[in-house]
Amino acid sequence: MTAKLSGENLTLIRGERCLFEGLDFALESGALLLLEGRNGCGKTSLMRAIAGMLSLEAGEIFWNDVPVRKQRQTFHGALVWLAHRTGLKGDLNMVENLEFERTLRKQAGRDPEEVYERLGIERLRKLPLRSLSAGQQRRVALARMLLADVPLWLMDEPFTNLDREGRKLVMELVEQHLGKGGMCVMAAHQDVDIDAPQTRIRMQ
Amino acid sequence: MNDEHDHEPGILSGLWATARRDLLLAWKRPGDVLNPLFFFAMVCTLFPLAVGPSSEQLEFSGPGVLWVAALLATLLSLNSLFLGDFEDGSLDQMLVSPQPLPVLALGKTLAHWLTSGLPLVFVSPILAITYRMPWSVVPIMMVTLLLGTISLSLLGSIGAALTVGLHRGTALLSLLILPLAMPVLLLGANTVSLAAGNDIYTTGVWALGAYAIASLSLAPYATAAALRISNE
Repeated sequence: MTAKLSGENLTLIRGERCLFEGLDFALESGALLLLEGRNGCGKTSLMRAIAGMLSLEAGEIFWNDVPVRKQRQTFHGALVWLAHRTGLKGDLNMVENLEFERTLRKQAGRDPEEVYERLGIERLRKLPLRSLSAGQQRRVALARMLLADVPLWLMDEPFTNLDREGRKLVMELVEQHLGKGGMCVMAAHQDVDIDAPQTRIRMQ
Repeated sequence: MNDEHDHEPGILSGLWATARRDLLLAWKRPGDVLNPLFFFAMVCTLFPLAVGPSSEQLEFSGPGVLWVAALLATLLSLNSLFLGDFEDGSLDQMLVSPQPLPVLALGKTLAHWLTSGLPLVFVSPILAITYRMPWSVVPIMMVTLLLGTISLSLLGSIGAALTVGLHRGTALLSLLILPLAMPVLLLGANTVSLAAGNDIYTTGVWALGAYAIASLSLAPYATAAALRISNE
């Protein structure tokens, strides 16, 4: 099954500033959309607009050629969101946090143990998240992406707080996801080296 | 492949999952739950010390004091309803979740009521006795508090959602909620007073029930809309 995410004539104004105007993009299964640009240029705002958390001044986002605002639940059922704030509860441990996610989204039926091992977090399951390092917490957030059965990954600065191996791991995981026909929108200011068809949007 | 992973989560799973998670969080930080309860007990015990212990005065002011204290205790606890989720990014996750947002908001409100409203109801008889409330009136007071705190939690969730993006929104939250909470306070306190005076009180109980049902059917949608606005 192929899917398609596209945006037409997107315009966003925050306060007095126009972050982008007349922006178009299209993304098909197996491809990566990379948003580049310096801090504060509107990468995160564009990501949030795609996810439907920010309303645009003009333009429309389409999922499989149907406007997203007409099928919000279907669209949200097809994506996972990873951002700077991980959305995990510091007082709960890893398993309790992921258990909560499991009840909200369709799951891939992957063995959680395998995912934990792949991310190198299998020993952390009993600890409350607040006692983990920022990088470890980010790995738990990645586990949420891997456990969900969704085609679209929205990743806002996925490399923050990760060590060199962690960054390499994220790129590998994205490559695998794209190889299986998934798609990914990523905002990053670091160099991204992913072997897959990709479009780059350089934001001013 | 594991069977339980196969099906998609149903519409109510979001409600239970959110409520369960918040209850688990409350269990791990019992201080947050005890705070409003402590406040409620403090106001109710300090009041007689200030106005004097004559039994006539206590009987007269009891229902009012209990109800005002319950209202303020609920308002106090509402501020944090969505604040934690806003700060750690859970609110973003709720907004992009395939579950309907009103259902998730209702799950959070349910957990809030179970940890703030319901304990008040159970503690209130002990305090009512110190106000020399007749035993026959105590169950009636508990029913009004039960229905009233449901309304207050639901209405309060709208205000909490609207002010979550603001820093120090507590005062604003109270201002927003008070007009909506006023009928609950008036109905609640007056119903208990009427019951204590052997008057007909059932109308008040029905009205409180109607108010709770109206809040239950409308507030989750308003809360969801407010959350979307606040998190832009």
